[in-house]
Amino acid sequence: MKSLAERAAAHRPPLAKAVVWSAWPIVAALGIAYLIQIALAPALSDFHGKLLVDIGIAIILGVSLNFVNGYAGQFSLGHAGFMAIGGYTAAALVFYGGLKLFGVPEEGGISGLHGGFLGPGELLLLAGCLVGGLVAALAGWVVGLPSLRLRGDYLAIVTLGFGEIVRVLLQQTDDVVTDPAKIEAAGPLELADHLGGGFGFSFTPDYVDPKNPFWVWLFVVVVLLAAYRLKMSSKGRALLAVRENEIAAEAMGIPTTRVKVNAFVVSAFFAGIGGALYAHELGNSLRPADLGFQKSIDLVIIVVLGGMGSISGVVVAAAGLTILPELFREFAEYRMIVYALALILMMILRPNGLFGIREIWELDVWKRLFHRRAR
Amino acid sequence: MTKFVAVCLQTLTLGSLYALIALGYTLVYGVLRFINFAHSDVVTIGAWLAFVFAGALGWAGTDSPFFAMPVILMLTMAACATIGFTIQRLAYRPLRHAPRLNVLITAIGVSLLLQNLGQLPWVFGTQPQSMPKLLSERALFYVADVKVPMVDLVVVGLAVVLLVALEVLVFHSKMGKAMRAVSYDERTAALMGINVDRVISMTFMIGSGLAAAGGMIYGLKYNQLSQTADALWVLLGLKAFVAAVVGGIGNVRGAVAGAFLIAFIEMFGAAYRSPQMRDVYVFAILIIVLLFKPGGLLGKAAVEKV
Amino acid sequence: MSVAAAPAATAAVPALAAEGLSIAFGGLKAVTDLTLIVPPRGLHGLIGPNGAGKTTAFNLLTGVYRADHGTIRLAGERIDGRRPNQIARAGLARTFQNIRLFGELTVLDNVRVAGGVRARSGFARTFLRTPLYLAEEAAIAERSLELLDVLGIGHRAGEQAKSLPYGDQRRLEIARALATEPKVLLLDEPVAGMNTHEKHAMRALIQSLRERFGVAILLIEHDMGLVMDICEHITVLDHGCTIARGKPAEVQQDPAVIEAYLGAPESDDLDAGAGGAAGEGT
Repeated sequence: MKSLAERAAAHRPPLAKAVVWSAWPIVAALGIAYLIQIALAPALSDFHGKLLVDIGIAIILGVSLNFVNGYAGQFSLGHAGFMAIGGYTAAALVFYGGLKLFGVPEEGGISGLHGGFLGPGELLLLAGCLVGGLVAALAGWVVGLPSLRLRGDYLAIVTLGFGEIVRVLLQQTDDVVTDPAKIEAAGPLELADHLGGGFGFSFTPDYVDPKNPFWVWLFVVVVLLAAYRLKMSSKGRALLAVRENEIAAEAMGIPTTRVKVNAFVVSAFFAGIGGALYAHELGNSLRPADLGFQKSIDLVIIVVLGGMGSISGVVVAAAGLTILPELFREFAEYRMIVYALALILMMILRPNGLFGIREIWELDVWKRLFHRRAR
Repeated sequence: MTKFVAVCLQTLTLGSLYALIALGYTLVYGVLRFINFAHSDVVTIGAWLAFVFAGALGWAGTDSPFFAMPVILMLTMAACATIGFTIQRLAYRPLRHAPRLNVLITAIGVSLLLQNLGQLPWVFGTQPQSMPKLLSERALFYVADVKVPMVDLVVVGLAVVLLVALEVLVFHSKMGKAMRAVSYDERTAALMGINVDRVISMTFMIGSGLAAAGGMIYGLKYNQLSQTADALWVLLGLKAFVAAVVGGIGNVRGAVAGAFLIAFIEMFGAAYRSPQMRDVYVFAILIIVLLFKPGGLLGKAAVEKV
Repeated sequence: MSVAAAPAATAAVPALAAEGLSIAFGGLKAVTDLTLIVPPRGLHGLIGPNGAGKTTAFNLLTGVYRADHGTIRLAGERIDGRRPNQIARAGLARTFQNIRLFGELTVLDNVRVAGGVRARSGFARTFLRTPLYLAEEAAIAERSLELLDVLGIGHRAGEQAKSLPYGDQRRLEIARALATEPKVLLLDEPVAGMNTHEKHAMRALIQSLRERFGVAILLIEHDMGLVMDICEHITVLDHGCTIARGKPAEVQQDPAVIEAYLGAPESDDLDAGAGGAAGEGT
C-alpha cells in the first residue's frame, strides 16, 4: 500500500487554486462585515444594534472556549481571565497609545474617537485586538503547559484559580492616568500599571457601538472560519480523538499534551480578541469583578448547552443566551436559576448538548427529511 | 512578638474553618472521584440557616442561653445534611456512571442553583446580614498581649471535636471502613455486600454537616453574611478546596494538614507581605503543588487501567 | 539474555526485539524477564492464562508502562523510555483488548485520525489551507478509505464508530492501527467474542496483513485454534514468567503449558488444536 507521502505528492493542487480556495472566505468575511456595517446596522434601533454587537462578541467568546471545552474535551473554568487579559491589553494600547500618538481628539475629550470608520483610531483598535489576543495566547501557554498534564478536574481548578488571580492582580493596579500631558511623558511600562484597579478601566474609547459593528463581525467570521477549518482537519480530528479516548489517541501517535496545549493557546487568543472588542463597546465598562468566575461560568454554559464541539450549536446558544435575558428582563433573578436547572437537566437527559459534536447540517433529522444516505 | 502570636491565633481559627470545609470535598472525592463544586454553597447555606434559626428561636445576642450555640449548630448541621442528601440523590446519582466531565458540569449547575435560590427574596434575600453574636468577643484571656476571645476558642474547640469525631468514624468504625472500601474499589465493595448507595449518601451527609458547621463558624467569627451568590463565598470554598487538593484529595488527614498549611500561608503572607495578595498566595501554592506533586502532599496519584 | 532460544536472530534486524523486560507493581511481579524477538513480517503469538501478564507486556512495549528492567528495540532502534505517542510514530501500533474507538467520530474519521500522524502540516498550514495541507488531507482520506475497504468495512465509512457491530469494531481498530504505517502491529485478542465464521475471516485477514502492509505482527489470543494455526512462534506466559517458547507444535506438547492452562495432562481444546496444526504443519 502506498505511503502517505507518496500519495500527497500526487494530490497536490496548483498554487493558484489553493490560494483562491484559502483566501475567499477572508474576502467574504470582509464583505459580510462591511455589508452589516453599511446596510444592516443603520436600519436597526439602538437596542437591536447593541444586541447584534453583543451576540457577535458572545459568539467569539463561545467559539473560542469551544476549542478547549468542546474539541479537546477539557474543562477550563477561567476563560474570562483570558478575556480580561486581552481586554485590558487592548484598552491600554488603544487609550494610552491613542493619546500618545494622536493627542487628544477633537470631540469627546480623552475618551473620544480618533477618526471615523477605518480611521487611525480604528486601526489602533485592530492592533489592540491582535496584541491583546497574542498576550492572552501567551498567558494560555503559560497556564496550559503545566496544567494540561493533569487530570480533567484538576484543570478546572487550576483555570478557576488562574481566573481569580488575574482578577485580583487587576484590582491591585493604580488609577487610570487621565492627564494627557502625563500620558505623553510616561513610558509604556509605567502606564501598564495604571489600569484602574477595582474601579475598572473606565475611559476606553467606544469604537464598537451599534452603528459600528464592523470589527466585531469581521472577527466573528474569522473565528468561525478558524474553528471550522480546524475541526475539519487532521489537527482538529486529533483534538476530538483526544477528547473521545485519550489513551487510544496517544497510542495512535498523537502527542496528547501538546495538542491540548495548542488548543488552549488558540482558545486564549480568540478570547483575548473577544475581550478587546468587549472593552471598547459602548455601554460596557471594563471591570475586574465583571470578568471573574461568574463570566467564565456564563461562557461554559454557552458551550455546554450548544453542544461541546459543535460550532453551529455554540453559535445558536451564544445568540440565544444573549437574547433571552433581554426578553425576560423582569425575571432577572430567576435567570441564573433557569440556567442552572438547564445545565443539570441537560447533563441527565441530553449530555451532548443541543447538537453534540455534530454541526446543525449534520443532524439525523435532515437525513430523515430528505432520505439522504449517510455521508 | 505580639503580631506573631496574633497571626498564629488567626491561622488556627482560619485553619479550623478550612479544615471542616475541606473535609467535605475530600470525603466526596474519595468515594465518588469527583469534585463537588456545590459543596461551598452548602457552607453558605449553613451560615445563613444558622442566622435564620437564631432569629427564629429568639437567641440573637450574648444574653442568649449557653445552649443556644450547640442547638443552632445541631439544627444547621441536620438541615444541611438533608440538603446534601437531596442533592446527591437527585442530581448526582443519575450520573453515577457518566463521564466525569458531565458530573462536573452538573455540580456547577447545582452550585449555581443553590447560590441563586438563596438570593431570592423569599429565601435569604440579597441584603447582607450580620450574624447574631452568640459568643462573646470579650477577651477570655491574653497570650503575649494578644486577646483570645471566647469566639476563637469555641471555633478551634469545635473544629477539634468534629475532626476527632470524623477520625474515629473513618478509621475506627464499621461505616468508616465501608467508606474507605468504596473509595478504593466501588465494584468490589459492592460485591462484598456493602450498600454502596447508603455509603455514598452517608458520605454526602457527613460532608454537608461539616460544611454547615464551617458556615456557622464563619458567621460567628466574621459576622458579615453576604448574599449567597457573593464572590466571597466562592472564594472561601475555593480556598478550602485548594487545602484539600494540597493535602492530597481523597485523603482525610491530608485535608486537615492542607487546611492549616493554606491558612498559615494566607495569614502570614497577608500580615508580613501584602494583605491584598492573600488569595494569590493561596492559588500560587495550589499551582506549585499540582505541578510537582499532583497527588498532593499526603496523597498518591491514581493510575488508570489500560 | 536468552537470544539463542529465539528464531531468526541471524537474518535481518528483528522488527521487534524486547529483552529482559520486567515490571512489578508494588509486590506484584506482573512481568519477569520477558524476551520477545519478532522478525520482519513475522507472526508471533503471546499466550497464557488470564492474568498472565500479556496485556501488561503490550503496555510495556507501547510505553504505557515503563519497565523496571530490560530494553525494547524497534527495527534496531531503542524505544524503551519513550512516550506512547513517540513509540507509535516510530512504528509500533496496537489494538486494545477492550476496544477503544473514538465513539462519536465516524468510522472514516477514526482511521483518518491515525493517518494524520504522518502528515507534516501544522496549525498555520491548516488555517491557511496551503497546497501541502490540501494534498495531505486528500491523501489521508484516500488512504483511509482504501484501508477500510481492505478491512471490509468501507461501506460503513460515514457511520458513527460506536454504532458499529462488534466484529466491525475490531476490524476498525485494526484499520486504525494500520493507518499509522507501522512496522510492528500488536493485536490484543483480535477475535475475542467472535463466532466461528467471523474468526475464520479474521484468520485469513491477519495472515494477509503481513504481505500487504509489510508489517510484523505480535498477537495475544485465547483461541488456541487460531494461534496454533497461524503463528510461526509462540511465547507462553504464566504469572509473568515465560514458561515455554517455540514453534506451535513444540509448545502444544509442553507439559508446563498444559499444566498452566488446565492443571491436568489431558484437554480437548489443545488436542483439537494440536490435531489441526499438526495436520497443516505450521
